[in-house]
Amino acid sequence: MAEPVLEIRNLNVDYGLGDKAVHAVRDVNLTLHRGEVLGLAGESGSGKSTLAYGLTRLLAPPGVITGGEVVYHPSSAAAYDVLGLSDQQLRAWRWAETAIVFQGAMNSLNPVHKISTQLTDVLKAHDPKMSEHSRNARAREMLKLVGISADRMGAYPHQLSGGMRQRVMIGMALILQPQVVIMDEPTTALDVVMQRQILGQLIELRERLGFSVIFITHDLSLLVEFSNRIAIMYGGRIVEEAPAATIYRDALHPYSKGLLSSFPALRGPKRELAGIPGSPPDLAGMPTGCSFHPRCPKAFEPCSTAIPVLGRPDTPDGAGRSVACWLHPAEQPVSAV
Amino acid sequence: MKYILQRLAFYLFTAWAAITLNFFIPRLVPGDPVQSLITKYQGQLSTKSIQSLYVLFGLDKDKSLWSQYIDYWKQLFHGDLGLSFTFFPAPVSQVIGQALPWTLLLVGITTVISFVLGTSLGVVAGWRRGSWADGLLPVTTFFSSVPYFWLGIIAIYLLAGPDSFFPSSGGFDSGLVPAWDQYFIPSAIQHSLLPALTILISSVSGWILSMRNMMVTVSSEDYITVAHAKGLPERRVAVAYAARNALLPNISGFALALGFIVGGTLLVEIVFSYPGLGYTLLQGLGAKDYPLMQGVFLVITISVLVANLLADIAYLLLDPRTRKEG
Amino acid sequence: MTIPTSSIEQVIPGQGSMAQPEEPRPGRSRRQRFLFVRNKKAATGLVILAGYTIVGVIGPWVAPYDPSARGNDLVQGPSAAHWFGTTHLGQDVFSQILVGTRSVMLVGFLAGAIATVLSVLIGVTAGYLGGKTDDSLSMLTNVVLVIPAVPLMIIITSVLNNASDMLVALVIGLTSWSWNARVLRAQTLSLRRRDFVEASRASGESTWRIIVFELMPNLTAVIASGFVGTVIFAVLSEITLAFIGVVSNSGWNWGTILFWAQGQQALGQDAWWWFVPAGLAIALLGTSLSLINFGIDEFVSPRLRSAGKTKLRTASGRTVRMRIGFTPVLENSPLPKTHAVVATPVMREAK
Repeated sequence: MAEPVLEIRNLNVDYGLGDKAVHAVRDVNLTLHRGEVLGLAGESGSGKSTLAYGLTRLLAPPGVITGGEVVYHPSSAAAYDVLGLSDQQLRAWRWAETAIVFQGAMNSLNPVHKISTQLTDVLKAHDPKMSEHSRNARAREMLKLVGISADRMGAYPHQLSGGMRQRVMIGMALILQPQVVIMDEPTTALDVVMQRQILGQLIELRERLGFSVIFITHDLSLLVEFSNRIAIMYGGRIVEEAPAATIYRDALHPYSKGLLSSFPALRGPKRELAGIPGSPPDLAGMPTGCSFHPRCPKAFEPCSTAIPVLGRPDTPDGAGRSVACWLHPAEQPVSAV
Repeated sequence: MKYILQRLAFYLFTAWAAITLNFFIPRLVPGDPVQSLITKYQGQLSTKSIQSLYVLFGLDKDKSLWSQYIDYWKQLFHGDLGLSFTFFPAPVSQVIGQALPWTLLLVGITTVISFVLGTSLGVVAGWRRGSWADGLLPVTTFFSSVPYFWLGIIAIYLLAGPDSFFPSSGGFDSGLVPAWDQYFIPSAIQHSLLPALTILISSVSGWILSMRNMMVTVSSEDYITVAHAKGLPERRVAVAYAARNALLPNISGFALALGFIVGGTLLVEIVFSYPGLGYTLLQGLGAKDYPLMQGVFLVITISVLVANLLADIAYLLLDPRTRKEG
Repeated sequence: MTIPTSSIEQVIPGQGSMAQPEEPRPGRSRRQRFLFVRNKKAATGLVILAGYTIVGVIGPWVAPYDPSARGNDLVQGPSAAHWFGTTHLGQDVFSQILVGTRSVMLVGFLAGAIATVLSVLIGVTAGYLGGKTDDSLSMLTNVVLVIPAVPLMIIITSVLNNASDMLVALVIGLTSWSWNARVLRAQTLSLRRRDFVEASRASGESTWRIIVFELMPNLTAVIASGFVGTVIFAVLSEITLAFIGVVSNSGWNWGTILFWAQGQQALGQDAWWWFVPAGLAIALLGTSLSLINFGIDEFVSPRLRSAGKTKLRTASGRTVRMRIGFTPVLENSPLPKTHAVVATPVMREAK
């Protein structure tokens, strides 16, 4: 397996302080390997966006990281914990090492500044010595890379279409050649044709530039198509993690199965469509035991009392995957690998 | 360009509405408030002046309302606002012409300083919530609840007096004649300090508060998170992203609040006997000098409209979304 | 005059989404209404306001003197007999303040009510009906908004000659509705596009039913905040008018006291007790109303709330602050680390 670029270890994120705190991300362990696309799926409120914003420390108040580590492996230096960086170091790390393409192309760009300004200010912040001329040249190059003609440099965000704005954001994310790109529902606001076009372009860019992607979406069908591995979150925890094809073919966790059966298959045999009964859990009042058990069709007696540990399942192909479910008790917990 | 033309059309319409209102107010009153005054000054008024007052106040009972209205407009276009009774026999336009520069300078400069200062403090208070700047809020709330003129009285009581640097009334030393020279200008500035300070203290709090609230609102916009994610220096995020965007609604607010501020500043002039429009208005009130009062109202309204137009232009320059190509 | 600073009043077309209150839901629960009173600012404001209202009602009965009665102590400072001192005619300033409260409260609330009714009628109609009606009503609103209200009020009341409290309230109400009408129009416009209103319309409910049962409950906070704001403005306006002497001087209000203080050279005689109490009474009333409005604002848009604790101390004694862009990291993880690697940076073996 390829070497890791980002390791999330025992990450815990709360909203609020003290007794009233809500645990939004609990004990998450996840590793992103060099050059891979790691999909992160789950319903809204599952903690997937909180995880992404938490690991970059961009979570708005009252978000608090209560524990864990985010170990980053630079391409040619010693690894370090991102959560331990000073503000100054964190600023330098952001975008240069890990860039983010945010949800909602509409509001990610500042409406009062030109595209060129927003592309070049990040260059200026990270490399003050770079000349204005080369900054502009670099910005034009990035626009061309994402298929926007360089004469749109002087345009304001409201003069671009939604698809173009999201391309600009992707170009902006790649401008410092980061090793990791986090994409938080990057195409939700776009129509289906535009979605595929942009994602296809992104995958192609990834092959050319060699960055790794954490791809967050509620749309599992997109993940199956575009990612190498998929992690599924529920109630702030990762409940299953496996290669994309494995999940699609043979999901172990009943929640993963539920998610998979809630969209039509793009290729392959027809499947029966079914939703998941019930609604996502309230983070403030999480059920005991496995948080999915009240909605789970296969719940049995340990589910309501003890939390299943994420670990290698007892299936023949168990080596490359992990699941947190009492139906498949872990042989070896992931956190101890 | 289309935007500015639209605004211009709106302000012209508003000016028309204000002038029409001015035309109707004296006509709605039972009895003839002006008639008695004209009678009083009968011997001293020329036939032409009497005619002009008749037109202004609708004492021409033979004419239809419509032709009175036409005559009224004709007269306004000639700059004829009638004669002032208080400063008899000076025409109203002349009295206002003398008072207007005082008000424009005092209120104009002070309001701009107040806006800039309050907005900057609001940026700090909104960006660093929980810092010292939040401590300003209760103080500012108190000051924004105090009438401007009362604060003026207090300022005079505490700071002005025979031995004080701050004069308690007037716009310049009584021994001087208004001129652009080295004696008059320092004296005028010295006299304007206390009124200016009063207006500043009472109005700055509003800007602090509204800018703070806008900063808080804007701070949770996506593009602020993006700016942080880009690793931009904190100052750039706060100024070029948050404050820059929060400023836009505050400028609209500036235009809308001008009417309120002008109302307050007129009273400050009264307290300080400052020779501007507010003090002129007070003198007109005492003598039931309707021509003067209405002239002052018109001039104030038009000044506010012009200031609004300027704010619109500033908004246009700051917000690309209102700019249309071509 | 105050500059309206309520954030809900900042709803400016084109900037709409920035200052909108959080998603209103049809019909707020009773628990939430109760929460509003639990808001400290609002509660403080309401208590002070209640105090003023009581004084407004019982003031004339409990006043120790007839406020107009002349006495022998001329321009005397505060004493046991005259708590706030006396005027040039030996009148008791404390009694004048107590008696004057009624007129101030009456005019403030009456003018506020008139302006609120007008602003709801005009703003909601314009926002809901749209089209030509909206165009003309918006035009009217904007015209009234930019014409400076105070000079206009001064001229109208001066033409009216010795206007009574009722008349003054009417004039203030008629000239100060436009700001709220503008805010309400913007709110109504955004509400009209919401699903639950669209649904009612699609199901053929009558226009007035939708306005009364679907829109109004969601506009309550905006209307309340507008009303409170107008009361502040009306109180200041009445006092201004009384101070420059264009209204009837037969009754007492705080502005009248200041009118006499200014006219009779209280400043020259160092008679601070003559003008200070009235001003403080105005300031306190204004502050209490502003506090109520802050409460409403924070109730409607939780972002403005000072989010409780913004600082905290971790187990190791480090102070951590909540701030945007840099999420605080607490060291004292409540969960035991199942992990060996603690020291960072971690050396990565070369591959």
